[in-house]
Amino acid sequence: MNWHRYASPAAFKRFAVRVQPWTAGGALACLGAGLYMALFASPADYQQGESVRIMYVHVPAAWMAMFVYANLALAAAASLVWRHPLADAAGRAIAPIGAAFTLLCLATGSLWGKPMWGTWWVWDARLTSVLILFFVYLAYMALNAAFDDPTRGSRASAVLALVGAVNLPIVKFSVDWWNTLHQPASLTRLDAPAIHSSMLWPLLAMALGYTLLFAYLALIRIRAELIERRLAVLTHAKFAAEPAR
Amino acid sequence: MGIASRFEGRELACVRGGRIVFARLAFDVTGGGLLILRGPNGAGKSSLLRVMAGLIAPAHGALIWNGEDADADPVAHRARAAYAGHDDALKPGLTVREHLAFHAALRGADARHLDAALEAFGLTALATTPARLLSAGQRKRAALARLIAAPAPIWLLDEPTNGLDAGAVAKLETAIAAHRGAGGIVVAATHLDFAGAGAATLDLAAMRAA
Amino acid sequence: MNAALALIARDVRLAWRHPHEIVTILAFFVVAASLFPFGIGPEPQILARVAVGIVWVVALLAALMSLERLFQAEADDGSLDLLVGASAPLELLALAKIVAQWLTTAVPLIAAAPVVATMLNLPPEGFGVLMLTLILGTPGLSLFGGIGAALSVGARRGGALLALIVLPLVVPILIFAVAAVDAAIAGLSPRPHLFLLAGLSVFALTLAPFAMAAALRQATE
Repeated sequence: MNWHRYASPAAFKRFAVRVQPWTAGGALACLGAGLYMALFASPADYQQGESVRIMYVHVPAAWMAMFVYANLALAAAASLVWRHPLADAAGRAIAPIGAAFTLLCLATGSLWGKPMWGTWWVWDARLTSVLILFFVYLAYMALNAAFDDPTRGSRASAVLALVGAVNLPIVKFSVDWWNTLHQPASLTRLDAPAIHSSMLWPLLAMALGYTLLFAYLALIRIRAELIERRLAVLTHAKFAAEPAR
Repeated sequence: MGIASRFEGRELACVRGGRIVFARLAFDVTGGGLLILRGPNGAGKSSLLRVMAGLIAPAHGALIWNGEDADADPVAHRARAAYAGHDDALKPGLTVREHLAFHAALRGADARHLDAALEAFGLTALATTPARLLSAGQRKRAALARLIAAPAPIWLLDEPTNGLDAGAVAKLETAIAAHRGAGGIVVAATHLDFAGAGAATLDLAAMRAA
Repeated sequence: MNAALALIARDVRLAWRHPHEIVTILAFFVVAASLFPFGIGPEPQILARVAVGIVWVVALLAALMSLERLFQAEADDGSLDLLVGASAPLELLALAKIVAQWLTTAVPLIAAAPVVATMLNLPPEGFGVLMLTLILGTPGLSLFGGIGAALSVGARRGGALLALIVLPLVVPILIFAVAAVDAAIAGLSPRPHLFLLAGLSVFALTLAPFAMAAALRQATE
């Protein structure tokens, strides 16, 4: 696909209008099937019991947290290199979606932790890394909104997104390392263990459903961002009462 | 300074905060020339000076120095453009001379122009005075003295007469005349008329209505 | 290069002429660290266990206080235009600002650290390594902090924003610094942690100048 063909706001809008219903329908179908398989069709875990079903919501959410961040970093690079308003709008639009997936991952991790660990929060390496990823999302959104000039906010937060992209693997490594130092043997981990096909299908369906949901929300939000910017320009033009150009 | 130095802008456009400040703007100044920017507040005089200084990338168009695109070597362009903005950029704890010496070092000039810079703006007696003790007019003069402390072929002055008394304006005029006499270029945004033989005027309000 | 040295000299001279700024930061360092015994109790064993963590976290917060004004002050008085408009590479000038910030803030904090560590009953085996971790880790801290400081120039709520940007980025520095001291206290070799800590500072050195320069150009635009 030639990305540049969709880089003009008008072309993007036509593309979005065409694709949006498909992403919505696909997301509904996949999430419906995934949740049915996860909650009813798949077996309970011999060790974790019914609470293993949280995994089907939790693990794909963790994947999405990272996948959306990768998208954010790409949008940031595009914003800095091409200075394209569509990239700015994309960054601003998808960051809250990524933060929401990250929060979903943390919340389900905490819910899972209560029966498994006997406490709502454990400084497990994975959860801790996701928590820091959540902080980076928060910093991105706060920086993006911190300037009177939205362009400056977009550019500054784009630099932060790239710095974060370089730094997050190091954070992940150091947190893993810190965790093994302080908690020698983690008993039961909240990740997909040796996967049986009865667990794999709901997991994949959920992951695909989340991705389509992300695409749907991103398309709507980017369009809203573009409209909002257009509105700001028009409002300004009206009140500045410029001579006709 | 080249004998036939020439500073041009072609098709310049500037976008600030999502709105167009100016577009299709052109200027052309040759060595020894003075270009006065005029226009009401918000017409884009300051933005144009910042574009000329290389602080803002133009949304469209190019700056041309002696026939070559200035953007091809932005470092060289920044070295040849000396920008004096609204703010004095003075640190309360540093003396006037320390400011000028720092500025010369920052721009890769040696210290031999410091005395001349102090002299030109009547600051010799204030050389060792910390900036926090200076009056508004003295602060402005100290900021302008940077132009002489670190010589550069293009002077970009944003309201340089703000806060200056008649005597100081005369000193500024003398400095500008000397700079132009040596083949330098001056672009100034100002409300006042200062004496400048052969000055060209660029009216940004007129550009905008066109 | 001369431009960078001149900038370092200017900032050090300014800090020398306004000593109350660093004195305030040092006072914050000592006062904030002294709050912990009130919060967690004065038992020497508990304090000894958490002393390194407290010294590092409070030093981190104290360093953030000086970073908040690092580039904002330059932007406020117009100096940032002159720095960005200078012909020297902005990456180098931003790095010079960080070197000066490190000399004028981190060095005094490092010097004050043994006093705070003594108050918190850090075991004697930990002192030497604590100093080493501070020497190796604070440059990385200043560099990551500089990215945050450059990004938040002109932002609303600059201080809180700076903390939100910088703190997640410096988690690895905190982890390895504390681990090195813990290892030394436990009678193990702190060397691997110290190497990793130095590696983090070197990594920050390769990343931060470019990020800072990009952010500062945006700020003057």
